[in-house]
Amino acid sequence: MIELFELRKSFEDKKVLKGISTTFESGKTNLIIGQSGSGKTVLMKCIVGLFEPTSGKVLYDGRDFVRMTKKERMALRREMGMIFQNAALFDSLSVLENVMFPLDMFSEESYAFRRKRAQFCLDRVNLTDAAHKYPGEISGGMQKRVAIARAIALQPKYLFCDEPNSGLDPKTSLVIDDLIHSITLDFKTTTIINTHDMNSVMGIGDNILYLYEGRREWEGSKDEVMGAENERLNSFIFASDLFRKVKENAI
Amino acid sequence: MLLTSYLHAFGEYLVLMARTFSRPERFRMFWKQYVKEMAQLGVDSIGIVLLISFFIGAVICIQIKLNIESAWMPKWVSGYVTREIMLLEFSSSIMCLILAGKVGSNIASEIGTMRVTQQIDALEIMGINSASYLILPKLIGMLTMIPLLVVFSTTSGIIGAYATAYIGHILTPAHLTEGIQYDFNQWYFWMGVVKSVFFAFIISSVSAYYGYRVKGGSVEVGKASTDAVVTSSMLILFSDLFLTQLLS
Repeated sequence: MIELFELRKSFEDKKVLKGISTTFESGKTNLIIGQSGSGKTVLMKCIVGLFEPTSGKVLYDGRDFVRMTKKERMALRREMGMIFQNAALFDSLSVLENVMFPLDMFSEESYAFRRKRAQFCLDRVNLTDAAHKYPGEISGGMQKRVAIARAIALQPKYLFCDEPNSGLDPKTSLVIDDLIHSITLDFKTTTIINTHDMNSVMGIGDNILYLYEGRREWEGSKDEVMGAENERLNSFIFASDLFRKVKENAI
Repeated sequence: MLLTSYLHAFGEYLVLMARTFSRPERFRMFWKQYVKEMAQLGVDSIGIVLLISFFIGAVICIQIKLNIESAWMPKWVSGYVTREIMLLEFSSSIMCLILAGKVGSNIASEIGTMRVTQQIDALEIMGINSASYLILPKLIGMLTMIPLLVVFSTTSGIIGAYATAYIGHILTPAHLTEGIQYDFNQWYFWMGVVKSVFFAFIISSVSAYYGYRVKGGSVEVGKASTDAVVTSSMLILFSDLFLTQLLS
């Protein structure tokens, strides 16, 4: 479980996060949504420690990340997995080596065990055949799946996904969503997804946090989105004709 | 204002170096990277070092023979001057300036690309000290390989000089050998090696700094690469002046 208390972040005079408090529960896919510039990416980066919050608390199962020593942070980071918007795979390593990388760095197990574990993770994302290819030789969707395999290699307690569906076709996006959702359920991870994709919101949004100008504007589940009366949320989620019709039919 | 920005950059550089010189998380990964970097930055540069040094050695020998030698000069002067130039300046300083262009831009663009494609963020999220993991093997690899390249360069330059004697018949091999052996001071060889160690540190650390601080996209990576080469070259020239004074 990850809890945020009055999280604020400013860049010089510009206040980007204006006191966000919420709870992301384990075993659930928690979605952060909002317009461009609403502070989603900054919030995600504050949670994982790529940005230092100006004030507030980030609690990982009660452990305050903001006040941790460097060593404690390093240790906690080994419980995190992250899938970046562009996958961020290491170009010079093969797919298998990419997945083995966190194991090579932190696991005390033998090479055979590490390789077997990496193969298992690749099987989990249906990429067994691409093990010896390089990131430049595979498609964007496959790169995302490799990133997921790498993120789960050390069985993380916390999984972060930054725009996992960006640049992917709708069918591949669904595959990625299903994969993240099933991993969340299987490993009971606390999963936080930063997304623009409304299909993800409707499909896997166990908990949805809507940000507006750096503030928590609305929070609820995918089932509650349909009946939500927040105007800003509705104009954001049901911006397209298709989703407006879906809502009208649902009502 | 300019001074403040230089001081700020120098401060950032020192902080990065402090992070770089920390104990590697996993020595087996460090060795793997170290060997890879020695091959990529050092072994892959051997060809160009040998080629340039060979021709420069040959050209120095011809120039000295044709323009300096006279009836008042001993016959061995071409060999002597070729050896001294190769040992004292070309193989250490000028070769490192050339390597600053080749290796420095390689380091800055590689690390810069990793920064803009979030590969460095991925390392940080995993709890890895990205500066130490990426920069330390490059730095130690360069410190290992550059002195070797200096030795190869000097040898290749001397072979180039012999080529002018045996193939070009510009001077006799006996006169060249006499010049190369005349009044040899072993310290000059070590001076080149010591200077090259400093230059190796400058090339790798400055280029890594420019790559690591990149923000933006491909344009910024290109700019960082150029800045790395320019700054490394300037620092090599300045430090050459001080080191030559200090070591002579």
